Amino acid sequence: MTAIALEVEKVAVHFGGLVALSDMNFTVGEGEIVSLIGPNGAGKTTAFNVVTGFLDPTHGAVSYRGTSLNGLKPHQIADLGLIRTFQRTSVFPNDTVYDNLLVGLHRQGRVSLLEAIMGLPRARSSQRRLRERASELVEWVGLERRAHDLAGSLSYGEQRLVGVALALAAEPSMLLLDEPVSGMNASETHTFVQLVRNIRDRGVTILLVEHDMPMVMSVSDRIVVLNYGRIIAEGTPNVIRNDPAVIEAYLGQGATRA
Amino acid sequence: MKSAIAILTVVAFASVPLWLRDPYLMNALITTGIFIIGAMSLNLLLGFTGQLSLGHIAFFGIGAYVSALTSLGFDVGLPFGFRIVHVPWPPIVGFVLAIVVAGLCGYLVGLLSFRVRGAYFVIVTISFAEVVRLVALNWVELTQGPLALTNIPSITIGLPGLGDLTLRTKLQNYYLVLAVAVVTYVLISRLVHSHFGRAMRGLMENETLAVSVGIDVTRTLTLAAVISAGIAGAAGSLYAHYIRIIDPEVFAFINTVTMVIMVITGGKGSLAGPVVGGMIFGLLPVFLRPIMAPEAQWIAYGGVLIVILFVLPRGIVPSLALRFRKPKSRAETLAPVAFSERDAKEHA
Repeated sequence: MTAIALEVEKVAVHFGGLVALSDMNFTVGEGEIVSLIGPNGAGKTTAFNVVTGFLDPTHGAVSYRGTSLNGLKPHQIADLGLIRTFQRTSVFPNDTVYDNLLVGLHRQGRVSLLEAIMGLPRARSSQRRLRERASELVEWVGLERRAHDLAGSLSYGEQRLVGVALALAAEPSMLLLDEPVSGMNASETHTFVQLVRNIRDRGVTILLVEHDMPMVMSVSDRIVVLNYGRIIAEGTPNVIRNDPAVIEAYLGQGATRA
Repeated sequence: MKSAIAILTVVAFASVPLWLRDPYLMNALITTGIFIIGAMSLNLLLGFTGQLSLGHIAFFGIGAYVSALTSLGFDVGLPFGFRIVHVPWPPIVGFVLAIVVAGLCGYLVGLLSFRVRGAYFVIVTISFAEVVRLVALNWVELTQGPLALTNIPSITIGLPGLGDLTLRTKLQNYYLVLAVAVVTYVLISRLVHSHFGRAMRGLMENETLAVSVGIDVTRTLTLAAVISAGIAGAAGSLYAHYIRIIDPEVFAFINTVTMVIMVITGGKGSLAGPVVGGMIFGLLPVFLRPIMAPEAQWIAYGGVLIVILFVLPRGIVPSLALRFRKPKSRAETLAPVAFSERDAKEHA
């Protein structure tokens, strides 16, 4: 058993009378790829928002590497190395792809403001390092030909890649991907799966929310299934694929062959 | 190319006194320059963080009053029998204090209003300017109220080895304003090209995403407000020591509107925008004066504003930049990086 990276304990979220999540417990081990699946409205994105501090849970606690995340602001959670991507708004549309990544590198570029204004050598060399790093990231996600196009002008699938590169720019120790392959075609998805594996091989823990079942089944170490705000099953892809409750609620009969 | 244009512009401005002798025009240029500095500070907030400060003149006016009072001295009674007596200090100290105090006010206004932002920030800044105006109008013991602070001394600069130089003439003040404007431009340029500037842009474009990569909203916006207010305070100080008389009318809403118009027509979010917009609306009165009554001039400004924004909706500078930008060839889009190839193989 590897060390636990993320621990979600008895988390519940109520929006007025609506129970979006109730009593959710799960853990993600260091270096694991865990997927969160379930029908629309099951609470997957809510769970993401709680973990990354965009939403305060009504009850329960979340901790990352032993640090409690309750009450922390999103940027403080990002400072702990927990970085997320978004379903829809994944880029800064009016900046070039390259500039997007420079914004993403914010956590790396911390020279004092005075140094930056005076143009001191340390600030200059830090700028140079950031530019090199941004170029590397652009190449890594395979967008070097679009580097100087406005991010908003890219195709939907390409924008998702920029979103992931942006998250990677923040040097995560754990990456939370919210439906990263929606809007991608089969070959883009295939490349993306390789990318996710590469990221994990660099020692980054991954929590994934996704509807693309073949993708989830092929990439995940473990899967957590949510329905109506509750966890109905948890286990390896093989276990999940054959779990009657999951088939009933979400996968349907056809998925057993997937 | 860009820096060549910048240097040429500075040289052109520096050469103006060599051929322009008309004191009225020189005066117009100096006050325009001071307002351009104010517009540049406003642009830092409006153009780079998207926050509209409709009370920006408050920071300008606070700078003017702080600087004037520092160099004039005052003697005021406070509640509970306290008195503050201040003997005059050199105007240059007033200039520094103007920046500090205005920056501090920027911090308070920013801290209060960035929790809610958007329209609320606009309202808070308008109210702030109005409150400060009422204080300036009614705290007669300190500010002389509507009687105005008069006989404000000119700025004296100590030159090492050359003794003191008091900037009394228009020529001297012209170069002082030009120098401060250039420093301000460089400062803002460095700022928006630093990681801090990218954080501001990120917040403006997609706040949720910016926060998710670790950008601290409150800190970034408050810092922008402090710097912006500080620069406006510096402009106010220059104004006080040049005009040498200030009254509460300096806080008039129309002065903020003038700055906003300068920024919008020139192009918000572009460094040169406030300079171009400022030159147009600063010098327009000079050319309109012979043919129009002052009241009619306001109508003309409105007309010019509408025409410019109709033809060039993003503002003059960004629209022109977009028109003249050469399409980049794909080959030169990425600077070659020594170790990127190895990295690419590693992940292939």
